[in-house]
Amino acid sequence: MVAQPLDAPLEHLLRELTPQVLGAVVRRFRDFAAAEDAVQEALLAAATQWPDEGLPDNPRAWLTQVAFRRMTDQIRSESARRRREDEMAVEASRAPEATITMDAPPEEDDTLVLLFMCCHPALTLSSAIALTLRAVGGLTTAEIAKAFLVPEATMAQRISRAKQSIKDSGIPFELPTTEERAQRLRAVLHVLYLIFNEGYTSSAGPQLQRVELSREAIRLTRSLRNLLSNDAEIAGLLALMLLTDARRLARTTGEGELIPLMEQDRALWDEPQIAEGVALISAALPKGSVGPYQLQAAIAAVHDEATRAEDTDWPQILALYDLLRRMTDNPMVALNHAIAAAMVHGPTKGLELLDALKTDARVADHHRLDAVRAHLLEMAGDRDGAVKHYRAAAGKTRSLPERNYLLMQAARLASQTRLGDGQE
Amino acid sequence: MKYILMMNATKSNFDLYAKWSKEDLQRNVAFMRAFSKELKDSGVFVATEGLGWPNEAKTVRAGKDGEPITDGVFAESKEFLAGYWIIDVEGPEQAYKIAARASAAPGPGGTRGSMPIEVRQVLCGFADLGL
Repeated sequence: MVAQPLDAPLEHLLRELTPQVLGAVVRRFRDFAAAEDAVQEALLAAATQWPDEGLPDNPRAWLTQVAFRRMTDQIRSESARRRREDEMAVEASRAPEATITMDAPPEEDDTLVLLFMCCHPALTLSSAIALTLRAVGGLTTAEIAKAFLVPEATMAQRISRAKQSIKDSGIPFELPTTEERAQRLRAVLHVLYLIFNEGYTSSAGPQLQRVELSREAIRLTRSLRNLLSNDAEIAGLLALMLLTDARRLARTTGEGELIPLMEQDRALWDEPQIAEGVALISAALPKGSVGPYQLQAAIAAVHDEATRAEDTDWPQILALYDLLRRMTDNPMVALNHAIAAAMVHGPTKGLELLDALKTDARVADHHRLDAVRAHLLEMAGDRDGAVKHYRAAAGKTRSLPERNYLLMQAARLASQTRLGDGQE
Repeated sequence: MKYILMMNATKSNFDLYAKWSKEDLQRNVAFMRAFSKELKDSGVFVATEGLGWPNEAKTVRAGKDGEPITDGVFAESKEFLAGYWIIDVEGPEQAYKIAARASAAPGPGGTRGSMPIEVRQVLCGFADLGL
């Protein structure tokens, strides 16, 4: 049976409840992989029944009960097939009566435990992303497959392999130890950041459904922040997402062509979302434990607060990139730092900084190095050089909208050069 | 990241293949089936198609009024696409490994093949130039 598209509040409720219900089922049956399937079935049952029959009095208990019953049925049928006594089944058959468990308030930590589990470093990033969206986000396999433009069967296989990896690695259903915690939290934030980016950086048009991924990342980061409200980096990541996502409508044309930050129509930026992001980052920074997400959010805030592109406070952005560069060895940060330096001290300074990256194997052959060089050469008035590097970047990018954008930049400059020649 | 793995062959390659023994063909077909299943089971499969043989291939150009002008004369050395797989993997190294598996499809007498597989990235809608 195919579920009808749900109205937004119902869909939101189901997604919010997913990790709570899953936590309860895993606690009861100790089998994450099977519990996760049972919860998906319960979500599907809710999605098909609730619109007709109305919302149950206690939606969480309803879902938990259905998931418990699925688990019990499964254990029963397995043990029947094996024709042997299974202690577990006997115990489990009492589950539907265990109303005390189901009415108990949700274990707040469950969502957290699940996030740590799904973003465990033993998983590949693509499996961690898929599993997080399903087990914590409550998305169906079909929805995740659609978002990543792969067949549903492939995504199902990816998720089931991820669950198998969790089983094989014996990752326990509990919070990481204090020593591990900081590192594991970084892994969680990285996965959430990647989910956001996957949605945000895909251009509009035929892939509109991917917008969903950014919203989902923001929702999950928001609930993580509610659980660990003292962590400044979580606040930083949430602020970064809000401040970046606020520019969504302005960053592409209706046809999906890219519009660079400095040329965007700022009237299209989402003011309330910018205000929320600015408030978050302003409250997080003074706490003293400044990390890379907070700095990136602060940079996004400086951009978002400029009414016109020419009002951008580049010296402040440069100072923030200086700090960020001391904190991370990421060459993409070095690239953005070079742009900021060029905006403050002129293109020559920026190009000097780029030269230092030529020997960095991680970025030496990356299209963004050529793209930024082209941009700075254009600023410096070297049209031929800029054309050459825009074209080089176009040949290296793996993105179609980027290639179109870069080729257009090259073509625009090349035609100016020709016009210039004609006048001489 | 998505990659396309393309199996290319000249007309004479196709002609040679057509003359393989029944056992050799069965082995090859079984390998291809198992290979696709392997891609599906490992969660990287996106799509695969086999193409018709080049004897029917035509190059089409638009004539003056846009009408199709077809030409079926090709140089002997021309390579034709025989079939392809599209996979979604973590990075180029994984794509190369999978391509090498396809390349090793068994040849006549069950010998391990080393058919050339062209690996190319499939462009995505992802865009973040940081500008």
